Amino acid sequence: MGHAPQLNRRSFVLGTAAIGSGLALGIPFGGPTAVYAADGTPEVNAWVVIRPDETVVVRIARSEMGQGTLTGLAQLVAEELECDWSRVTTEYPTPGQSVARKRVWGDFSTGGSRGVRTSHDYVRKGGAAARLMLIQAAANEWAAPVSECATSKGVITHVPSGRTITYGKVAEAAAKLQPPADVKLKDPKDWIIAGKPLKRLDTVEKTNGKMIYGADIKLPGMLNAAIKDCPVFGGTLKSFDDSKILGMKGVKKVVRVGESAVAVVADTWWHAKSALEAMPVVWDDGKNASVSSESIGKWLQEGLDAAQPAFVGNKAGDVKAAFAGAAKTVEAVYAYPYQNHATMEPMNATVLYTAEKCEVWTGTQNGEAVFAAAVEASGLPSDKCEVYKIMPGGGFGRRGMTDYVRQAVAIAKQMPGTPIKLMWSREEDMLHGRYHPITQSKLVGAFDADNNLIGLHMRISGQSILASVRPEGMQNGMDPVTFQGLNASGEAAIGYTVPNLLIDHSMRNPHVPPGFWRGVNVNQNAIYLESFMDELAHSVGQDPLEFRRKLMTKHPKHLAVLNAVAERIGWTTPAPQGVFRGICQHMGFGSYVAAATEISVTGGNKIKIHRIVAATDPGYAVNPWQIDRQIAGSFVYGLSALFYGECTVKGGRIEQENFDTYQSMTMKEMPKVESILMPSGGFWGGVGEPTICVAAPAVLNAYFAATGKRIRSVPLKNHDIIFA
Amino acid sequence: MASLTINGRTYEIDAEPDTPLLWAIRENAGLTGTKYGCGVAQCGACTVHVDGQQVRSCSMALSEAIGKQITTIEGLASEGGVHKVQQAWIDHDVPQCGYCQSGMIMAVAALLETVPQPTDEDIDLAITNICRCGTFQQVREAIHAAASA
Ligand code: FES
Ligand code: FES
Repeated sequence: MGHAPQLNRRSFVLGTAAIGSGLALGIPFGGPTAVYAADGTPEVNAWVVIRPDETVVVRIARSEMGQGTLTGLAQLVAEELECDWSRVTTEYPTPGQSVARKRVWGDFSTGGSRGVRTSHDYVRKGGAAARLMLIQAAANEWAAPVSECATSKGVITHVPSGRTITYGKVAEAAAKLQPPADVKLKDPKDWIIAGKPLKRLDTVEKTNGKMIYGADIKLPGMLNAAIKDCPVFGGTLKSFDDSKILGMKGVKKVVRVGESAVAVVADTWWHAKSALEAMPVVWDDGKNASVSSESIGKWLQEGLDAAQPAFVGNKAGDVKAAFAGAAKTVEAVYAYPYQNHATMEPMNATVLYTAEKCEVWTGTQNGEAVFAAAVEASGLPSDKCEVYKIMPGGGFGRRGMTDYVRQAVAIAKQMPGTPIKLMWSREEDMLHGRYHPITQSKLVGAFDADNNLIGLHMRISGQSILASVRPEGMQNGMDPVTFQGLNASGEAAIGYTVPNLLIDHSMRNPHVPPGFWRGVNVNQNAIYLESFMDELAHSVGQDPLEFRRKLMTKHPKHLAVLNAVAERIGWTTPAPQGVFRGICQHMGFGSYVAAATEISVTGGNKIKIHRIVAATDPGYAVNPWQIDRQIAGSFVYGLSALFYGECTVKGGRIEQENFDTYQSMTMKEMPKVESILMPSGGFWGGVGEPTICVAAPAVLNAYFAATGKRIRSVPLKNHDIIFA
Repeated sequence: MASLTINGRTYEIDAEPDTPLLWAIRENAGLTGTKYGCGVAQCGACTVHVDGQQVRSCSMALSEAIGKQITTIEGLASEGGVHKVQQAWIDHDVPQCGYCQSGMIMAVAALLETVPQPTDEDIDLAITNICRCGTFQQVREAIHAAASA
């Protein structure tokens, strides 16, 4: 069992018919209307193929990148299908296939923790519809009414007579039936496959070296390419001297890639990379050559007080008036840096280009975006392009972008007929990220004479992701994503009611390209708000938990997760000698999350994390085991960012080029995460990202409790704070 | 041409003596289970065994590996079998993206050869591989399970 990437470029060739046309390619005119999978099995519908040997193939459009979506989605389909889980395997339809079939599989994009939460409805319906068709086929064979048939584990039973038949035996007949117009989905309370802590479908190959990642692709006659793009964003390639390297072993060709990059193509990647490093290259650094972290920081700082323009993300009452009448105000400024996704596998893509066809093999979070990039970069029509999704060695948002795919197509176009694998070195990957956006925030809180919080102004100054990545998503010049976790309502709503509230954004977009970085803007927004909530509580001598609770009475789901971690950590009982606690809550990607930590600090700067308790309410939990893993992994991602994560800018380029200067946590630094999963039902939240944002404030607040020092910028290494 | 013994088999490698062992394994021998993550001995994705010791193969020259027994993830288990570390990884559903796991498993297998019953502290000291997906909690559980298997 398991998921084998579709390396076969002929995959689904038999199934290319548009579903509405009533014609399948390779099927004689006038024949059955079934659509056939690659191995010749007719598909019951777009989501389900059942082979004669009873193997159930579930089609998954979203990308697996380690987060378990593949298994979770398969569980949802299998639940409604009522098949035998031990016979389930999965496969990816291709984006070209999807286009040819009028996007029968919907959206391929896999980001924003949306893998399950925005497709659960139609994938479940796909499974339920397939089940009804299988029953109908069996009923037809028995000349019995459908109402007398029942299903369980891939077997259909005619209840009155006790006759049985398996799905595999009726799948072909079912494939020819009209799909049901309407299907009813199960109540999650009745789930037997979904909602259960099942193992992933793709583990074995990840333990024996057999899983093929993009970097592992081999095609006949393939050559390897290494690339250097101008390290200063916005700069261009002036010249290069390939005479120095064309005689080197294995080197086949040196090609210009667009305006700003040069690539060496060789027999092996090692030869390509070594030659590239030996080649003299001259860059025109362009107008950004003097930008530095200091200059960016200064510009952002000015935005903290700039009167206008600032986009308003959330507003209640009148903060100005509240501040004017306040008995006391508290103010603090926070900052969050650029960070690289640093997926374990650097970006890569393999492309075979001919005048007739452009094919791409790559690990991606968005097969359709890669498809569009291939169409555009190749200049070929869409029916002459295809994309094969390969297992990515991490995504974290970086692989939603297609810059590396465009480069690979541009190289392959200069060598038609030869498959080219373009792989970035770690250094290239570090220098050409789509970085976590840089922002600062100034927060001011106002109290009345009774120490009630009557006003809160949170000004964010800094970079917009959408302005650069998805300008069409801007709303009258405002980037709504900036306010993730701070909105008045919706999937990333603030959990506090403050009578006079203003949260606004002075947008300042430095030249360093931003991207969606696992957790996106809730990461820093949670640090800003949840650290400041702690500051406010301490400023009036109140317990940080009690202080929050008073503001959360209208936010019961936020409050529930906060209470859960407080109870588990034992907030109301004294911590062990020398141990200090921190607590926080936030909301993102449709889920409510909270965390509490216990830490000790020695010498003022050596932190040991003794306990982490995390609570998540994702509405429904499709696979608790995998959710636990996402939550533990989220703390590694969030705490790596807190302790180490910073990409600094000098001379217009990023300074950190590898893991020696861009560190990541290891075993010894990571405590166990005690995860409380508390799905309350009625909504679908994500789980791949939300808890990242509570990792840092839970530690920062505990650090304050331990030392009386408030840390207001990330990473901690800049404050000489390290893991004990 | 250099002769390399990988997983008990001899490979004739047509590469310069200073080629990192990682690339000789991946590109010349064609064994892609061993991964590239950093190239500078920081991440451990390229971990293999050389004469039974864990080695970050990106930082060992091909010439240094000649005449030695190299084991990669593909050869960790005996023919057709599953190594106890791999089994523990499967039982505990350790991998997320899995890209770091070949190196992680090789590092753990080497640890268990020298310290069959490692404490948490032994693990902390010996296993310094980077996993950006953050599988450490499951890695630790699985190491203890493999140790008592
Ligand atoms: S690739 Fe060898 S340690 Fe990272
Ligand atoms: S499992 Fe993805 S980097 Fe370790």
